[in-house]
Amino acid sequence: MMLADSASRGEPVTPIAGGTDVMVSWHHRAKDKLTLLDLSRVRELAVMEWTGVGDGASLTLGGLTTYWDVMQSREAAAAYPLLAEAARQVGAVQIQTRGTWAGNVGNGSPAADGVPVLMAYDATVTLASVRGRREVRLDEYFTGYRKSVRAADELIVAIRLPPPTWGVQWFHKVGARRAQAITKVGVAMVRRAVVSGQMSVTRGHAIPAPSASRRSAVVGERASGAPDAAGSWRVVANSVAPTVVRCRMLESALDSGRIFTRPDEIESLLAGDISPIDDMRSTAVYRRRVLARLIYHRLAQSA
Amino acid sequence: MANSANDRAGPGAGESGATETFNMSFTLNGAPVSRRVPLDARLLDVLRYDCACPGTKEGCGEGECGACSVILDGLLVNSCLVPAFQAAGRVVTTVESVAADVASALNVTGTSQCGACTPGIVMSIRWLLERPEIASNVDLREFLSGNLCRCTGYDGVVAGAEAALTLRGIPMRGVARPGPGDRGGSRP
Repeated sequence: MMLADSASRGEPVTPIAGGTDVMVSWHHRAKDKLTLLDLSRVRELAVMEWTGVGDGASLTLGGLTTYWDVMQSREAAAAYPLLAEAARQVGAVQIQTRGTWAGNVGNGSPAADGVPVLMAYDATVTLASVRGRREVRLDEYFTGYRKSVRAADELIVAIRLPPPTWGVQWFHKVGARRAQAITKVGVAMVRRAVVSGQMSVTRGHAIPAPSASRRSAVVGERASGAPDAAGSWRVVANSVAPTVVRCRMLESALDSGRIFTRPDEIESLLAGDISPIDDMRSTAVYRRRVLARLIYHRLAQSA
Repeated sequence: MANSANDRAGPGAGESGATETFNMSFTLNGAPVSRRVPLDARLLDVLRYDCACPGTKEGCGEGECGACSVILDGLLVNSCLVPAFQAAGRVVTTVESVAADVASALNVTGTSQCGACTPGIVMSIRWLLERPEIASNVDLREFLSGNLCRCTGYDGVVAGAEAALTLRGIPMRGVARPGPGDRGGSRP
C-alpha cells in the first residue's frame, strides 16, 4: 500500500531487502534523496518453493531469497547448478547472506551476476501491485540501462524457474581478481535438452566431468535423444551492454548448427548482440574479445 | 562487551545530517540494548558510536573489505551495508564477545595482525565455529575472501581458522593450501 500511495504522489520509493546495492551509494550521501521501503520483515517473501515432483519440479525464489539460501539448498543447487555457481561469485559470504536474487534483478545493473543465469534458465519475474500480479519473462524485463517494465508501484515478489531441462550449463565470470570484484565480462550458456524419455548424450557433445573450479561450472548433459530443437541455446552475457543481454544472433546461429572455427567469427556475430563500453573496469575491445573467446573455447570443448 | 562509560554520539551517527531519530532496541552480545539513533544510521555506526563497541571497524564502507563483519540473526554480514532500522529487534554479535580460547588460538597462529582487518576476520571465523555444517563444507580461502587485509599475507589467517576449528573439534574438508594464483606468505 505504501508503494502504491507513494507512486500515486509521484514520490519514488526504493524497496530494500539486503541493501547490498543501495547501501553502497547511501554511504556517499545519495541516501538524502532516497526513501527506503524495508521488506526484510515480510515473511511471505522469504519462501523458496518447489512446484511439482521429480524431473518436472520447478523452483520459485521468493522476493527475499538470498544467494546464501540457494547455496545452502542441496536441491536448488542440484537442479539449477548455475544458480549456486553464480551465487558463489557474488561478493563473498558477507554479501551472499544479505543479497537477494530479486534485488539483483530490481537494481538492474548490467554487471549483475545473478541475472545471466536466471535469464539463461528462462526465468520469469512476478510483479505485484494493488492492481494484482503479472508475470514477465526476465529476458523481456529490462528496457535500458537500469530501466525495466516494472511500474513504480510494483514489487518483485518472486522469480520463477521452469523445470530444469538443460544439457550444457556453463557460467564464467571475469573480474580483476578472483573474489569480491565486479564483473568485466560474464557469460551464462545453457542448451535446452529435448527430453525423449531415454537418457543419452547429445550427438557430438561429450561433456567433461563437472569442474571443481570456482571460476566456471561445466555440468554434464541431462536427458536428450532428439535432434536439437529450435531455440535450444541460451547465451546470456553481463557487463557488455546497458543491460544483462541475451545474445540472440549467436543463439540462432548455434541453433541452426553453425560451426565456428575461430573466435573471431563469434566476435563478429556478437557485434549484433552486445555493445560494450570503455569504463573504469575494462575496455570495450577487451570485453568483446574475451566474451568471444570464452564462448568459443566452451563450444570447442563440447564439439 | 559493550562499555557504557564510552557511550557517546560519534561522527558516524551524529554528523549524518539527519534530524529524524528512532528508538532502536536489539540484543547486543547477549544483552538487551536500547538507543535513540538517526533514522539513516548504519548498523556499523550504531555499534561503534552509540553502543561503545568500537571493535567493529570501518574499512571501505562499501561491503568489500569485511572489516565491519558482525553476526546478525545468525548470519555473517557487513554492518556497513545494514541500515540500523533493519537490525531493530534482532540479535547482533560483535568482536567484543570473542571467547578467550578462540582469541588465544588466533594469537598463536599469527592470525591477529593489526587492528584494522583482524576484527572482521575474527568474526568470520567465529561464524564458522557456530556453523559446523558450513565449516566442514567450505574452502577456507574462499570463505575468508570477504575479509581483505592490505598489509600482509593470508596464510596466518587460514592457519588461525584451522586452529580455531580444530580447537572446537569441528571437522574440515581439507587443509587449505595456497594456489598458484595466491600470493601467500609461504611462497618461495
